[in-house]
Amino acid sequence: MKSDIKLIDGHGKRLDGRKADELRKIKIEAGVLHRADGSCYLEWGGNKVLAAVYGPREAIPKHTQNPLKAIVNARYNMASFSVEDRKRPGPDRRSVEISKVISEALERVILIEQFPRTMINVNIEVLDAEAGTRCAGLTAAGVALADAGIPMIDIPVACAAGKIDGHVVLDLGQKEDNFGDADLPLGLAPRINEVILLQMDGHLTMDEFNKAFELAHHGCLVVSEMQKKALLEKYESVVQPEEVVQDVQPEESE
Amino acid sequence: MTVIPSIKSDYLGKLAEQGKRIDGRRFDEYRKIEIETHVVSKAEGSARVRIGNTQVLAGIKMDIGEPYSDSPNSGVMTTSAELVPLASPDFEAGPPGGRAIELARVVDRGIRESQIIDVDKLCVVPDEKVWMVFIDIHILDYDGNLFDTASLAALAALFSTKVPMDRFKPLFEKLKDTCPSINDYLQQHPTDYPLPLREPPISCTSVKFNNVVVFDPSLDEEEIAEGIGDVRSHGARLTVATDEKGHIRAMQKGLNGSFTKEEIQKAIKASIDNGNEIRQILYKSVGKK
Repeated sequence: MKSDIKLIDGHGKRLDGRKADELRKIKIEAGVLHRADGSCYLEWGGNKVLAAVYGPREAIPKHTQNPLKAIVNARYNMASFSVEDRKRPGPDRRSVEISKVISEALERVILIEQFPRTMINVNIEVLDAEAGTRCAGLTAAGVALADAGIPMIDIPVACAAGKIDGHVVLDLGQKEDNFGDADLPLGLAPRINEVILLQMDGHLTMDEFNKAFELAHHGCLVVSEMQKKALLEKYESVVQPEEVVQDVQPEESE
Repeated sequence: MTVIPSIKSDYLGKLAEQGKRIDGRRFDEYRKIEIETHVVSKAEGSARVRIGNTQVLAGIKMDIGEPYSDSPNSGVMTTSAELVPLASPDFEAGPPGGRAIELARVVDRGIRESQIIDVDKLCVVPDEKVWMVFIDIHILDYDGNLFDTASLAALAALFSTKVPMDRFKPLFEKLKDTCPSINDYLQQHPTDYPLPLREPPISCTSVKFNNVVVFDPSLDEEEIAEGIGDVRSHGARLTVATDEKGHIRAMQKGLNGSFTKEEIQKAIKASIDNGNEIRQILYKSVGKK
C-alpha cells in the first residue's frame, strides 16, 4: 500500500525513534497461568500475548492419534478487541494459516516421538496487537513449552525484519508493517541454527533478503537470551525458598 | 494419507544421496508443464494447468462490489482453493481445512504482493463501486506440488480474463441514476476488455528430505518430506515467488522440518531461474510477448 507517511527520517531514525537494527521493548514472564501445564506472558512493543500449553495428553478425536508421535496443535487466536476494527471472534483464514505454520515449527523442536498417541496443545491468545504477532506468539509458545517441561531440542524463537522506505530494518511496528515495502518473519531453532518458520510478503532483492535475514537472525538470538532469562527468573525463585527454609530451620526448632 | 511403502521411501532416499530422482529429473528440474486457457465459457477467465500428473483448474469470476474503506479507489481480489475429493483419495469433502487455506493464501500472497492485478484500474465509481476479482482454484488431480500448479493456473486464468462489461450492462444502467460519475468509466470502456495486468510473479516450490532439496516435488517426494511413517524425517517445504527482475515477492516455509540459511539462499536462486523459464511458458500459452 502506498502512502505519503515518511517511515524513516534523514538520520536513520524510525517513527518510534528506534534505529534500523533496534528491537521494540520486550518483556517475557514464564509460568503466569495456574491451570496450564506451562504458560508465558509476553509483551513485545504494543503486542500483548499469552501462551498456554496443555499436554502431552491423549489425542482427541481418536482418529487424529499417531502411533509413532505426538501431534502438536498450536492455536493462534486474536481477541476481537485486539485490533483497530473489531475482529469477528473465532478462526479466520489468516489465523488458520498462522496456527498451521506455528504448529509445524514447534513439531521440529519438540521430541514428539517420546509421546506417541498424544497431543500437545499450544494456545496462543493475542490480547493486544501491534504488528509482529506471529513472531511474538511463537516466542511465547517456546517459553510456555519449556515451562511445561516438554522435552525439546531447542527453545524456538521468532523475530521479523522488513523494508521501509527502501531501508532494511529489524522488527516492524504497526505503521511500518502497514505502509512498508516488505515483511520477513523468521522463526529459528537457535541451538541448531536452522529456520523453522519463514514467510515473506512485499518486495525484496536478493541482497536485501540477505540483509533482512541477518537482521532477523540477530533479533532471534537477542530474544532467545530474554526467553532463557525469563525461565531462569521463574525457576531460580522456585529453588530459592528451599535454601531459605534450611537456613531458618535451627531457629524454628528452638 | 497414503502410506508410501518404506521400501520406496528408502529407495528414493538412497537415490537422493547419489544426486538422482526416481523419474530421472535433476534436483532443480520441473516436470512437463502444460497450460490451456479459456476452458470454462461461463467464467470471465479460466485455465487448466498440468505439471506432470498434477492438474489444477482455476476460474475467475468478477462482480461489482464496494471497496475497502482504506483503499476506496481500488478493486478487490480474493483467492480460495478447494481440495475436492475427486483429486485424491486423501481429500475429504467439507469446508476448507488448514491445507486448503494455506494453499489459497500462498497463491493469493504471490499474486497480491507482485501487484500483477492493477487494482487502481478496477475502480468504477470512486468511493462506491469497484470490480471484485474472485480467483477460485479447483484441484482436479493431485500428484504433488499443488502450490506451483495452483499459482500458475491462477496466473494463466487472469491473463485470459475479460472484464464483463456486457454482462453487467443492466446494473450499470441502474447505477447511472444514483452515481452519474459512472459515465466516465462507461465511456472509456464501452465493451468487454482484458483485465489490466502487470508482469506475473512465478512461484517455485521445493521440498527437503534426506538433506537434499528438490524442486517440483512429486507426490512420493512430498510424502517423504511430510514424514509419513518416519517420525523425525525433518522434511520441509519452501515456496518462493519471484518477479521478472529476479526480486522476491513472497515466501512461505512449510512442514515440520527446517532449513539452513545456505539452503534458503540456494533455493531462492533456483526459483529465480526456474521462474524465468516458467514465465516464458506462461507467456507463450497466453499469447503475450
